Parts: sequence; C-alpha cells; structure tokens
Amino acid sequence: MLTKRVIPCLDVRAGRVTKGVKFKNNVDLGDPVEMAVRYSDGGADELVFYDITASAERRPIDIGMVGAVAKAIRIPFAVGGGISSVADMERVILAGAEKVSVNSLAVRNPGIIAGGAKAFGAQCVVLGMDPVRSGKTPSGYEITTRGFREFTGIDAVEWAKRAADLGAGEIVVNSVDADGTREGFELDVTRLVAEAVGVPVVASGGAGRPGHLVTVFREAKADAAIVAGMVHFGDYTIADIKEAMRAGGVPTRMSW
Amino acid sequence: MTAIIDYRAGNLTSVRNAFAALGAETVVTGDPAAVAAADRVVFPGVGAAKSAMENLRALGLVEAVKAAAAAKPFLGICLGMQILFEHSEEDGGVDLLGVVKGRVRRFPDVPGFKVPEIGWNGVEGAGGAGIGEFYFVHSYYAEIVPETAFSTEYAGVRFTAMVKRGSMWACQFHPEKSGRVGLKLLKEWMSC
Repeated sequence: MLTKRVIPCLDVRAGRVTKGVKFKNNVDLGDPVEMAVRYSDGGADELVFYDITASAERRPIDIGMVGAVAKAIRIPFAVGGGISSVADMERVILAGAEKVSVNSLAVRNPGIIAGGAKAFGAQCVVLGMDPVRSGKTPSGYEITTRGFREFTGIDAVEWAKRAADLGAGEIVVNSVDADGTREGFELDVTRLVAEAVGVPVVASGGAGRPGHLVTVFREAKADAAIVAGMVHFGDYTIADIKEAMRAGGVPTRMSW
Repeated sequence: MTAIIDYRAGNLTSVRNAFAALGAETVVTGDPAAVAAADRVVFPGVGAAKSAMENLRALGLVEAVKAAAAAKPFLGICLGMQILFEHSEEDGGVDLLGVVKGRVRRFPDVPGFKVPEIGWNGVEGAGGAGIGEFYFVHSYYAEIVPETAFSTEYAGVRFTAMVKRGSMWACQFHPEKSGRVGLKLLKEWMSC
C-alpha cells in the first residue's frame, strides 16, 4: 500500500539550517548535509530545502549544497528558493535534487510551471503556495507571495487547479494562518485543495505533535505532510511521528 | 565497468551517486559501442515512452540495449523497465523493445488515488512475502508477467514492481532513491 510521507523541511540561510516563526527570530540548527543524513537515517520519507534568503538577496540557490546533499542521502528531496528560470531549475535537478519547488515566481509567471514540466516532467515540478484565510476569494483562502508579505487576490483552490493543469506534479499547501503555531495543520484549505486536484497534495504549516499528522492524513486527504520545529528542536523524532501514524491507522513506512 | 545509458530520458545524477556510494565505477554513455563493451549495464529513465524510444533509435541504441539485456547483467529502472516490455498505452500507443512479453497501461481513474503514484509503496515477492517499501513515481504500470519477481498494488491494480530473468533485472521503483533497501538491492545486482 502506498504510504503517507513525512517530510522534514529545512530552511537554509547562509549555508546553515535555521528556524524561525514567520521569518523572524531565526535560530541556527546545524549543517544541511549532516541534518539531511540524520533525518534520512531516522526514517524521513523525503526532505525539502528552502534557500530562504536567496530570493530576497536576488542570488541563485546554493548549488554546492544541493550537490553535497544528493551525494549524502538516498531518499528524494526537493529544493526551493532562488529559482527564477527553467535554467535555474535545471541546475538544481542536475545537481541531484528530485524536485524543484516554485512559489511566488509561479504567481508572477505561471509559464515557469509548464516550462519546467516540459523540460523535466511534471514529477519534478512542485508548486508551493501560501494561502491565508480571506473573505475576498470564493474558497475563503487567498494566495500570498513573497513570504506572506503580499496579498494577490488569487483564490487558492483556483490557483491549485490551474497549476496542476499547467503541469505541477505536486502541490504544497502551506497555511499562513497555521505556519509556526505548532497547533496543527489548517485542515480546511488542505482538504479543499486535495479534493480539487488530481495530483498529490502536501500539507504544510502548523505541525506540533504526532497527532497533527494523523489528523491531516485521515481528515484532510493529504498525501504527505511537512514537519519542521517539532523535529528540529528535538521534541519528537520521525520515529515517534510514524509510530503515532501507524497506531492511528495511517499507511506508514515503518522500516528504513 | 558499469555503463549507465544516457538517452536523454531524465537526470542520471541520483543513479550515479547511488553506485558511487557502493564503490562501483560507472561511466555514463550514449554510445552503442561503449554499451557493448561494458561488463554491466544500467538502463534508467523517466519521462515519456514515445520520446524515449525516439531517442534510442536516433542514438542507434536499440540493438545495443536488447543485446545487453540478453547477454550481461542488466538493470532497468522506472521508464527503463517499461521500455523493455512490448507496448505502452502512453501517447495513444507506443511500440517498445519487446524484451519482456507484456504490456504497459495507464492507471485507471479511481477516486482517492492520485496519478502519478508518488511515494513509498510496499513490494511483495512470490507468495506475498513483504520485501519492504520502495520509492515509486509513475503514471503507467507494467502488467504481471511470468518473470514478475516482485509486485505491488495501486489504484486497485496489482502490477509488476520488478522482473528478473537471470541477471536481467528491471524495476518500476527507484532503488537509487529507496534508502537502505534500495542500496541493498543494487548491491545484490552488482554481485550477480
């Protein structure tokens, strides 16, 4: 049976993994390659790296880091941040990443999704989206960009459908409202998107306890879920999360 | 020397990295003579079957791949496995290499099952014994054939996860991205 994926997210800033709440109060957590190996050995099903300052600093993503991670681990990983063209996507994929994630760029230029899917296949192109609760759009969720700083007026569900049609192979739904709270995933927007598109949906934002993953898989139809602070700060291990998932009746990869 | 065939069907970095992790020397090549000269051949691939077949023909690799599959340790991965079959439903129908008698089909539309299948799926050997979970990314599947060594299930369909014919192995999943179980499988193939 296809298992539900647990995906630690590593925010990288100046070559180090950091963690903050809503892009503030960043704490140094360690070396990206060492952390990738630790999570891979600890049972993570996949990893995602965001070069969180690349876009703001208008510089390309750290390709050396991508290559070093690819040499060190034998599980899939995605990379986002600092992607501004299909050529940038190609550099990331050739360095050994399985997937490239685009977010604000795709809102400005949706053609990047189709361009990436045509060049590398839809399975390589992940659309990240940052929806916030809003009365301005039909689904009740509006897309924000540039690290939650800008409101776009675009409806989250419409955007997800359009991105999937353009060739996004997977959609990460990162709730602005839940992000950093560690009080659980935003189930409504996750379920709305998961029911609207035919591609896998990854829940993101708000994971604080193993039970939150059980809930998002059982009730919001997520195919995968991202965890960050709850594992980075040592409160829980990937094994703790997976044991809770298994006990909760969620198909889970238990041996690694 | 192990040759990894490059026929412009996806990125080979992960495959190279996995063999490097096993200490195996590899060469990436699209040259039929280099494939013929290699001791062992890896035939990876992601993407569309039709363009992959066109690339194989354009590079003059069709006979070299068939000969390698028949004569030496050979490992097909993902699209590289599907291409060994006779025919795929992809793109309105594509004739494939026909090394393995059988067909490749599109997953049916079943509520609750996303296509492509992306993720770790449990794989079973003969008699249903669990082999472990491997990483899959695919929209088409190869039907069960006499050489099916491992099978798995998705969208209500049981299909081939791996075929074995002597030292000719071919898997739908990505052993190079399947953690320790994947590396173990590559290691076993390296010693056959």
